[in-house]
Amino acid sequence: MNLAVIEPTTSWYLVLAAVLFGIGTVGVMVRRNPLVMFMCIELMLNAVNLSFVALSASLSDINGQTAVFFVLVVAAAEVVVGLGIIVSIMRRRSDATADDLSVLKG
Amino acid sequence: MLENAWLIPALPLAGFIIIFLFGRRLGEPRAGVLATLMTAGSFVVTVGVFFALLSRASEDRHHVVTLFTWLPVGSLHIDMAILIDPLSVTMALFITGIGALIHLYAIGYMHGDPKFSKFFLYLNLFIFSMLMLVLGENLLVTFLGWEGVGACSYFLISFWHTRDSAATAGKKAFVTNRVGDWGVMIAMFMAFSAVGTLSYSGINEAAESGQLAAVTATGIALMLFIGACGKSAQLPLYLWLPDAMEGPTPVSALIHAATMVTSGVFLMTRMNPVLHVSYHWVMTIIAVVGAATALFAATVAVAQTDIKKVLAYSTVSQLGFMFLAIGSGAYVAAIFHMVTHAFFKALLFLGSGAVIHGMHHQQDMRKMGALRKVMPITAMTFIVGWLAIAGVPPFAGFWSKDEILLYVYANNRGLYLVGVVTALLTAYYMTRQVIMVFYGEARWHDQSEEHGAHGDATPHESPWIMLAPLVVLSGLAIGGGLLQLPFSSKTHFLEHWLEPVIESGERNIDGTWASDNKYLLLLVAVVIACLGIAGAIAVYAKKKAPALEPAILANGWMYDSSVSRFMGGPGRTAFSGVARFDAGVVDGAVNGVARVVGSTSNALRKVQTGFVRFYAAILGLGVVMLLAWFLLRGVL
Amino acid sequence: MVLVGAVGVITRNNPVHAALSLVLTLFGIAVLFVANNAHFLAAVQVIVYAGAIVVLFLFVIMLLGVDQAEDLSTEPLTAQRPLALVVGIGVAGVIIAAIVKSQDALLVRGTGINSATLEDADANIRQLSRSIFSDYVFAFEVTSVLLLIAVVGTVVMSRRQRGQHVEESA
Repeated sequence: MNLAVIEPTTSWYLVLAAVLFGIGTVGVMVRRNPLVMFMCIELMLNAVNLSFVALSASLSDINGQTAVFFVLVVAAAEVVVGLGIIVSIMRRRSDATADDLSVLKG
Repeated sequence: MLENAWLIPALPLAGFIIIFLFGRRLGEPRAGVLATLMTAGSFVVTVGVFFALLSRASEDRHHVVTLFTWLPVGSLHIDMAILIDPLSVTMALFITGIGALIHLYAIGYMHGDPKFSKFFLYLNLFIFSMLMLVLGENLLVTFLGWEGVGACSYFLISFWHTRDSAATAGKKAFVTNRVGDWGVMIAMFMAFSAVGTLSYSGINEAAESGQLAAVTATGIALMLFIGACGKSAQLPLYLWLPDAMEGPTPVSALIHAATMVTSGVFLMTRMNPVLHVSYHWVMTIIAVVGAATALFAATVAVAQTDIKKVLAYSTVSQLGFMFLAIGSGAYVAAIFHMVTHAFFKALLFLGSGAVIHGMHHQQDMRKMGALRKVMPITAMTFIVGWLAIAGVPPFAGFWSKDEILLYVYANNRGLYLVGVVTALLTAYYMTRQVIMVFYGEARWHDQSEEHGAHGDATPHESPWIMLAPLVVLSGLAIGGGLLQLPFSSKTHFLEHWLEPVIESGERNIDGTWASDNKYLLLLVAVVIACLGIAGAIAVYAKKKAPALEPAILANGWMYDSSVSRFMGGPGRTAFSGVARFDAGVVDGAVNGVARVVGSTSNALRKVQTGFVRFYAAILGLGVVMLLAWFLLRGVL
Repeated sequence: MVLVGAVGVITRNNPVHAALSLVLTLFGIAVLFVANNAHFLAAVQVIVYAGAIVVLFLFVIMLLGVDQAEDLSTEPLTAQRPLALVVGIGVAGVIIAAIVKSQDALLVRGTGINSATLEDADANIRQLSRSIFSDYVFAFEVTSVLLLIAVVGTVVMSRRQRGQHVEESA
């Protein structure tokens, strides 16, 4: 079978991005280790990047890629800060999980 | 001059404020002098206003001075305004005039009292409130004054508040008045809903022009009469007046003889067009209540031993006369009697105050006697007052009482008989009082022996500051009758003066048997007075017959005690029931709402688990729902 | 590859394993970028994301000793798992539905980026850079400031207070 015939259309990429996004969401809600939760957030960001790029290719607009560029930069900054926070928290107890931060309990 | 009429209530108000701020520094006697000057000044302005009004033609004597807009609320527009017309000026004249005299007297009477300045504070406030009552242009300003005099009455009756009986009497006065005030308020609501305004001219014009339905007018009249019963101590609600004698005598003279108690009579006269348009049985009720009160109080006065209590019941009785007059359509006679009563009752009260003062605060008449030898001037003025109230010509009381009896005869002969019996009793008990106090043997020697340690316990004459008002008032009691002499229409001064106010309500008795035979009725009145006096002299001076003072009369026909028993017993049960209802149902409803809110929020609190992941899950759920909604709406 | 990596991230107990799965996903995404003619971005993705960020993750994991395996068999919060499942499927589903609905608009796959006039292999870079440094130059400057702030903030936040005993981790 000639695989080249099955040309992936834009919607395929978008669907993939959607699924990736869903997986990331589930991961945020299910995992308790803060670092892994963060990684799932990164998954979601990547899904968004993918959809940006796919649409930029289909609409012949460079602005989509510019957006991805900036998302990448901001994601990097966000990771830095987030990890800093996690480090501050984890310093006290190395097995702290997201469930321990329940001070806001009404 | 008429434009400056606002000064009339403003001066006593200024006195009140100044004494309020500086009373302690002013001290005795300057606080008293200030208060007296303010009231006297008010009197001077009133005289000026009187002459200004006199210079106008009779139909034109109606002037409104608007001070400011008080309540512009929707369709209700009430101004703080003063109405200058013959009735209000008449009332203001004797309020400020007699008020000034009583202020002067009080400077002497309250000498040495630690709360001297406070007394004059309240007195000035009272004069102000009373003036607002009579000068008001609409029912609300009058009500302001109405409540004000009620409050001042409470302050002044319980002035010596360390005495339990005084404090209780003050409370009783206030509470009983309150029942009457309810009536006035209902009347105001009715008037507003029927006519749309509370001003007298508005209401009275509506009544005269036929806009006011008879049913509404009846309701308003009845409610106002209830208020008048409370304030003017008529039969169901008179209880507070005898107890009010706990207050210092100047208070009794001012409030409970000359001014506050006459508010009811004034209100009825002011609203006479409304009374005229209401059902006829309303007037009959007023007349019957007045007559019954007059007779009742007269019988009780016969058996009293406290010098002030006799005068208190006498006041109730005379007020009954005034309401009898109103019920018979004789507004002029009622006002006439109000004025002469103010003169001689104030005179009698101030005289009794001089006696009490001279007897070192002894008030029991059985311990007095032959005081005319030690207090000649007091005795002389008191005798003038006695003759006036007993109805002996040519003193003032005779003319006014006769005028009333004339109209009553034309209205209802049964009530006339009641009036005549009451006049007889009035002469009788007043003579009894005069004999017991000023004549006979001196029974105060025993007392002075007991109180020998006090030094000179012999009764003495009062200082000039207390005697001067007595002399002035006795002059007025003598000459007051000139206001309205029945001889011919030309001597009907008061009637002509008051004509624009009462023309619609005043009953016309020309052509009735009473009017044609008025000299005969005049003679009957004189005979009755002489009979009463003779009877009392026979019993008390000549000791020809035994004194009839049954205990039941002394106890006021047990009315007061039965009311107290009722209020304490079934009354209290009913009231606690109401209070329980209020606490349970009303408060319960309010608290219940709070409780429901609390428990709901408690339940809702569980949503805040504190777990971040849970929040994330809910967030996600929200996002899904939002996106689904957009999708379904076709936006996506 | 992408999906395998993603599932691996969310299901691996060991955080290190999860991080490695993430790398897998990121590589897959980079490949997909290339397929969409976003060459520059693919390179940046590999260098920055997979190279720097995941390494940062691994550093933190190692330094703090949080490599204990998380117990995924239990879930302290009731209804969390089903809820998460619902939300995940819901999100994916809604977006897919939206995509399906607007199929027609997306069917055309343009080739505009690879314009016929450009023969250079790095035409993508040129276009991208032109866009960044003319239309979005302000945003570019701001992001550089943002990076600075992030670094400074994190250092301030996680430094040890004076006098605090420095713990040695294994």
